[in-house]
Amino acid sequence: MSNRSFRKFKDRLAYGLGVLCVVLAMFPLASILFEVVRNGLPAISVGFLTRPTGNITDPSSGIGNAIEGTLILIGMTCLIAVPIGLFAGIYLAEFGDNKFGRTIRFLNDVLAEFPSIVIGILAFSIVVVAIGHFSAMAGAVALSIIMLPIVTRTAEESIKLVPSSIRDAAMALGIRRWRTSLSIVLVTAKDGILTGIMLSIARIAGETAPLLLTVLGSGFFFSGVDQPIDALPLRIFTDYKNSNYPSALAQGWGAALVLVVLVLSLNLGVRFLTRGRSTFARARA
Amino acid sequence: MAVSEEARPKQGKTPARARLASLRFPRRFSCDDVFEASSIIFAGVIVLIIVVTSVFLVRGSVPVLESFGTGFFTGKNWIAAAGSESYSALPFVLGTLVTSAIAVAVGVPLSIGIAIFLAEMAPWSVRNPLSRVIELLAAVPSIVYGLWGLFVFRLWIRDYLETPISNNVGSFPVFQGTPLGLDFLTAGLILAIMIIPTVSSISNDVMMAVPASQREAAYSIGATRWEVVRTGVLGYARSGIFGATILGLGRAVGETMAVTMIIGNIPALPASFFQHGATMASVIANEFSEADPGSLHLSALIGIGLTLFLFALVINVFAQLMVWRVLKVRGGSVE
Repeated sequence: MSNRSFRKFKDRLAYGLGVLCVVLAMFPLASILFEVVRNGLPAISVGFLTRPTGNITDPSSGIGNAIEGTLILIGMTCLIAVPIGLFAGIYLAEFGDNKFGRTIRFLNDVLAEFPSIVIGILAFSIVVVAIGHFSAMAGAVALSIIMLPIVTRTAEESIKLVPSSIRDAAMALGIRRWRTSLSIVLVTAKDGILTGIMLSIARIAGETAPLLLTVLGSGFFFSGVDQPIDALPLRIFTDYKNSNYPSALAQGWGAALVLVVLVLSLNLGVRFLTRGRSTFARARA
Repeated sequence: MAVSEEARPKQGKTPARARLASLRFPRRFSCDDVFEASSIIFAGVIVLIIVVTSVFLVRGSVPVLESFGTGFFTGKNWIAAAGSESYSALPFVLGTLVTSAIAVAVGVPLSIGIAIFLAEMAPWSVRNPLSRVIELLAAVPSIVYGLWGLFVFRLWIRDYLETPISNNVGSFPVFQGTPLGLDFLTAGLILAIMIIPTVSSISNDVMMAVPASQREAAYSIGATRWEVVRTGVLGYARSGIFGATILGLGRAVGETMAVTMIIGNIPALPASFFQHGATMASVIANEFSEADPGSLHLSALIGIGLTLFLFALVINVFAQLMVWRVLKVRGGSVE
């Protein structure tokens, strides 16, 4: 065995390498935030945030339609994914202690890691082909498939954390099982479930790839769920494609700043509210 | 966790409870049954999604597979121009493999270093804040990585990594070409950054699940902190870290926007790190909205989607099994 000082040196070296790894990982994050703020901030104004894009070379072009589109898509997605995810989570937590439950849990984890572009193809094949053109609805379907596994998993975990004494109390009062689940257990678990929903919203707000295949983007305000719509990540991508116009590039950075602020405030908000909760949602959202 | 699970009343209907229920509600369809059935239906949606995805992908790629047969996986060309159409997934499969391999080779050692540091070495007061900051890397949208990659990261790589390599060992086949930064290497490196939060947080969880007795045993024979990690923790957590690596690989394979923006999007077989390329995900993102409905082009893109789906499915099923084995069966305090 090597002598004591060499062993101590190796210990210090390992510590130093650990610090180096952490610094190396934090450096890109710091640079991304810095660049997004530096390049995005000059573009931000009230008009920029409220006016539609229209013609990109027009100096009054804004990202109001993209912000509106992202909010509409989030709303529609929640309408689809949250009820399904909640019930699936209830099933896994309350009745899922069998082979079928384990299979669902496993498939849910697999679905959570699916490439989002494949989900885009799915939504395209179902909704776009059926309607005949790109639409907000197709985007919402794609985003709900991304959101569903996250909601399901966090719902299951939060419901499982509800103390058994609460169920016992409900049972002692003679309350039916379904009533217990819906009005007692679910309400007790609501903090954890809301956390999962907020994290999944943060995740889908930044999804771009499935939207390229489903909603296409638009320069105008919302005109119906069966029509194309704009969204912040799509706006950034369109601006990147037109980046030979300086005005488009400035708009792209501005949109990136708005998107980053939206996503990070959702994330930081959740993390600040719930310290040391479910690792699953944090690692994967 | 284990304790509370045992303490909770048994979930399935025990014979006693079933008998009691039938006494109270003789021969009646109870609301609880309806509730259970409907929750099963909602849970079944998850299975349905996976089944429907497979069906649509296979159905969509039938035309291209009929036209090209196995040539779709072995050919070299991807030409979408009408008249001389020729489609092969090979350039994109290889492009995905090259970029993901770079991502894993660079990102995983860094992530394991981070996980070891945060789980075993760092002062307690900084562990939580630091791991949250690292996790924020996962919160940054892919498209923002793309924008930053194109206008900031690419220039760093071009000026400080690729140009020196090209000047010194540019004669090696894998380093040939003019370094522009829009190539496999940059795409792989940005993927490396993007998989760090996934791999490091799961590895961290796996190490936390290693029983304290492992560490105590090592400390008791006078091991230094690093020796404790190496002998007591890493061996125990090995398969979980491996699972985390595979999950990171799955992330890298499916990642779309950042790669699309910095890989250059030329469908060519990879020969050099400094060469424009394309991956399965990037070609779909780039060409899908341009392809005409019902065309062979669209079918070829769906065929690539099917290939990507199969890759992701195999990788993720394997990874989930690895991670599950460690976190669930060994009864980690993770959930």
